[in-house]
Amino acid sequence: MRTVLFIIQKEFIQVFRNRMMMPIIFVVPIIQLLILVHAATFEMKNIRFAVIDLDMSTTSRKMVGKFQGSPFFLLAHTSFSDKEAETEMKKGTVDMILHIPYGFEKKLVKENAAGVQVVINAINGASAGLINAYTMMIIMDFNREILVDWLSPVMLSSTKNIRISPSYWYNPKLNYKTYMVPGILVLLVTIIGLLLSGMNIVREKEIGTIEQINVTPIRKVQFIAGKLLPFWIIALFELAFGLTIGKLLFNIPIIGNLWLIFLSAGVYLFVILGFGLLVSTMTNTQQQSMLVSFFFMVIFILMSGLFTSIESMPVWAQNLDRVNPIAYFIRIMRMVMLKGSGFHDIRNSFFPLVAYAVIIISFAIRRYRKVS
Amino acid sequence: MTNNDNIITVKNLVKKFGHFVANDHLTFEVRKGEIFGFLGANGAGKTTAIRILCGLSYPTSGEVKVAGFDIYSQRDQIKRNIGYMSQKFSLYDDLTVYENIRFYAGIYGLSRKEIESRAGSLMKRLNLEDAKDKLIRDIPQGWKQKLAFSVAIIHDPKIVFLDEPTGGVDPITRRQFWNLIYEAARDGITVFVTTHYMDEAEYCDRVTIMVDGKIAALDTPPVLKKKYDAANMNEVFLKLARVKVEA
Repeated sequence: MRTVLFIIQKEFIQVFRNRMMMPIIFVVPIIQLLILVHAATFEMKNIRFAVIDLDMSTTSRKMVGKFQGSPFFLLAHTSFSDKEAETEMKKGTVDMILHIPYGFEKKLVKENAAGVQVVINAINGASAGLINAYTMMIIMDFNREILVDWLSPVMLSSTKNIRISPSYWYNPKLNYKTYMVPGILVLLVTIIGLLLSGMNIVREKEIGTIEQINVTPIRKVQFIAGKLLPFWIIALFELAFGLTIGKLLFNIPIIGNLWLIFLSAGVYLFVILGFGLLVSTMTNTQQQSMLVSFFFMVIFILMSGLFTSIESMPVWAQNLDRVNPIAYFIRIMRMVMLKGSGFHDIRNSFFPLVAYAVIIISFAIRRYRKVS
Repeated sequence: MTNNDNIITVKNLVKKFGHFVANDHLTFEVRKGEIFGFLGANGAGKTTAIRILCGLSYPTSGEVKVAGFDIYSQRDQIKRNIGYMSQKFSLYDDLTVYENIRFYAGIYGLSRKEIESRAGSLMKRLNLEDAKDKLIRDIPQGWKQKLAFSVAIIHDPKIVFLDEPTGGVDPITRRQFWNLIYEAARDGITVFVTTHYMDEAEYCDRVTIMVDGKIAALDTPPVLKKKYDAANMNEVFLKLARVKVEA
């Protein structure tokens, strides 16, 4: 045990003597939270659109006005030519074209039905879906308004309607930040933990001090423990710091038990640090180690459910995610922070992480060879 | 047959890397308390042999005993009884002189009190007391090497292995370094040192000259010089190496 303490002491001295470390520990989380939380949003505002109003009637103008009045849309172009509007779309200045045909109002009055054409830039399928949904909403709204205008109240009340009144649980204001912050915090501790541990043993290989340690009677378990614990403490501190900023700056709810968050984080970090040390024992230079760590980190992050929900991934990808520690921890963080889930609710994500930690750390200890 | 005076016995040690034979049936003994020189050109297999003796590398075959312990089954006991200084620099650049001493002494299991007293006397002996809190990267190369040696024997080992300890050091510092080696030998530590500086061979009690993975000669410097009719060890070495080249 004393041996481990000497390693921990040495690692702490080295980490804090590194001039880059303090900025990394304190500035990175602030920047990540400030930038990522605001940037990584699915909400769309100011969708730029073009209007081709060939009808030029009161009704058509009212409809365009409806779009302009919405916070989601911004009129960027008006013309009478499809060609011109298409050019704008190609240039990327508009993402939606609203085409109102000649005789729109007349048809609406005479036949009680008329059509408009909506062209949407669907390079990004998800945002195209959103644009479509917003457009539909506005047109339907408009539709109801003209019904009110044109029909007598008696007739209106006789039209049958099913009214849906949704109530949003756990994130009642549908605040995207509330959803993102727990995930960003996971990213934060993952990056810090993986980089610190991944670079560590391999660095001792590069400078040659590993040989000096390998000729001592130190045990493998002692060595790995001494390497693991300092970064574990730093990463947990990082999480506490990030949670504080999230609370102060974004006022994110932390409904669940704080201890449960840190318990899960502790287990999760053993997985990440064990992974980093494993990579570190298998590579020979810091560059190699960085590349390997990054490779896995990018895949794990993209598949973690941080940006896209795991439920909408194909089945094979969902199965692959069973070995993705980040996915487990993001799920836990969201459940505990936003829903206030207890230990019983998260156990299906918690125990796999425990198993993962045990497996990967024993693997790292086994892979670390004192003799070649 | 194990002589009680022998602290290292090596019989038919072979180490192969693929088809390359780095150590070709080495057999030798090192006596307790002597300064044993392991000489040879670059690539002659010195480092390979020393790494095996320190338990850093597995031999392909052969029998090796260090400090009375078997290299295959008693590594931990061996490690408690040896010190090692590699040709690659082995102190932490970003730690101070004192922190380096404390760290290595600590992982050898010395108590806090022992660490304090040994660090103190070590720094005094090396005249490093004023440099106690200086980072290793800020002190001269010669000091580093002397410090690395002293750290390698901080736990009072029976044997210390030095792998080209004086590489890249000026002659004065080399002389000082050898004084440290003599001191350690006087304190009863057996010194196993590899070098390719033939003048250093003169300082050894006995030397082995390695050529192409084999032991070409093993004896005291005076005997070797007489045998090969040479004025100094450099000539001895050149003669041995030339025989090899011509053969």
